[in-house]
Amino acid sequence: MIHCYQFDGLNIVLDCHSGSIHMVDPVAYDMIRWYETEPAEEVIAKAIAEHGITRGDAEECLSDIDSLREAGKLYAPDKFEGLARDFGKRNFTIKALCLHVAHTCNLNCSYCFASQGKYHGERAIMSYEVGKRAIDFLIENSGFHKNLDIDFFGGEPLMNWDVVKQLTMYGREQEKIHNKNIRFTLTTNGVLLDDEVTEFANREFHNVVLSLDGRKEVNDRFRVDYAGNGSYDKIVPNFQRFVAKRGDKSYYIRGTYTHHNPDFLNDIKHYLDLGFNELSMEPVVTDPSSPSALTDEDLPVIFEQYDELARLMVQRHKEGRPFTFYHYMLDLTCGPCIYKRVAGCGSGTEYLAVTPWGDLYPCHQFVGDDKYKMGDIYTGVTNTEMRSHFASCNAYSRPECKDCWAKLYCSGGCAANAYHATGDILGVYDYGCKLFCKRIECAIAVKLLTSGIEQPGNG
Amino acid sequence: MAGTKYNLSIKKRGNLNMTRIVTIETRDLEKSAKEGGCGECQTSCQSACKTSCGVANQACEKLSK
Repeated sequence: MIHCYQFDGLNIVLDCHSGSIHMVDPVAYDMIRWYETEPAEEVIAKAIAEHGITRGDAEECLSDIDSLREAGKLYAPDKFEGLARDFGKRNFTIKALCLHVAHTCNLNCSYCFASQGKYHGERAIMSYEVGKRAIDFLIENSGFHKNLDIDFFGGEPLMNWDVVKQLTMYGREQEKIHNKNIRFTLTTNGVLLDDEVTEFANREFHNVVLSLDGRKEVNDRFRVDYAGNGSYDKIVPNFQRFVAKRGDKSYYIRGTYTHHNPDFLNDIKHYLDLGFNELSMEPVVTDPSSPSALTDEDLPVIFEQYDELARLMVQRHKEGRPFTFYHYMLDLTCGPCIYKRVAGCGSGTEYLAVTPWGDLYPCHQFVGDDKYKMGDIYTGVTNTEMRSHFASCNAYSRPECKDCWAKLYCSGGCAANAYHATGDILGVYDYGCKLFCKRIECAIAVKLLTSGIEQPGNG
Repeated sequence: MAGTKYNLSIKKRGNLNMTRIVTIETRDLEKSAKEGGCGECQTSCQSACKTSCGVANQACEKLSK
């Protein structure tokens, strides 16, 4: 299966099942597409007629295409469905926990997927004892994994800062004893991001996600405190001070775009104006009936944002002022292996969320939905049926993915998005698919346009 | 740091000199079925996204490579 598309003068051919990427000239672009379904002689005849090339040229191009086919780089067959079938039979180890250290928040964002941090339940703070047990649970069930991930999440985790610090120190002690490497991450709205938090986080946390929706009027539409005051004026200086001291360590300024700002590129540019270079911007996750939900009418505007964002990245790269956009990050030579590409994020199997009371859920998006409770940190994963259900959720589990060129980039998509859109984690959130495909196309185009590699036919 | 991740290279293919096609070097997915699956890579939700699965945006962190 191939996917061919064009972007700013580039002719790009992706081969789904080999992961190959080819830059081609206009003749090869057409011949590769035709040759997928038409016989050689017809392809040659069409190439001569439509491109005015000689028979010799056409035969040479077709010969190159055949060489790539023989090398497994074009029209590669799908050999991985069996690998996906075996996923449910494996021994399950756990390598990542999302610790909900606070089911409460000091902001009152109306679009919050977690009902303002409470996850449709009571406000609560995770105790040190529960967190400590969660870390022990992770290590006990981590098997052969050396790298473990612990994310401090909420609600707003800084509302439980003392416990966050204590748990980090406990993790540091335990990782030495058990020969593990724990990567701590933190997501925060920035309201309580003071110098003390900055110093500790910049020393101990592998990655920090800083929530800011963009321009002041955009951010303050939703990200308000309980008095209705916008958070922008408070959090932006906090974020700037934090990033100034972050050095080379990873962080992301992360925003949510909604129906109210489908022109989100303006918010990304605002991040850059504020001096931030490690960026992420996500579509809102909400009920389709919500006024902030993205609509079909938003789609052309959103697509244009992703295209123009790609152009901006290329331009800034040329100017020596590059920036990172999370969804445009691709490691083509050392990216995820086929197991990761098929399996996806690991939710419900190797990645679990932990509530302040120690209950386990497949991920933060399912917390509060009782039928998705997996067990707890004391008795372990007892809902093994649910675990198997999530294990079956991969790039090959949905009929809609079968003929999709992007399936080994997206792994079948986010189970939570599928559940919210269709009522079933094995459903498909079609809107999300459209966004994902556009982002991957742009990400690859940016890689190629900033590589310095000349496209054939342009020399 | 921004913009410095993951440089590209062209897949070298012996003496073949294709005038119309340039193949970018990418990870061999079939080969990764033999050498991959260690599980040391970061869980994708733990990084920026938290909503849309970004497996493609991850990097391999196999300890022995």
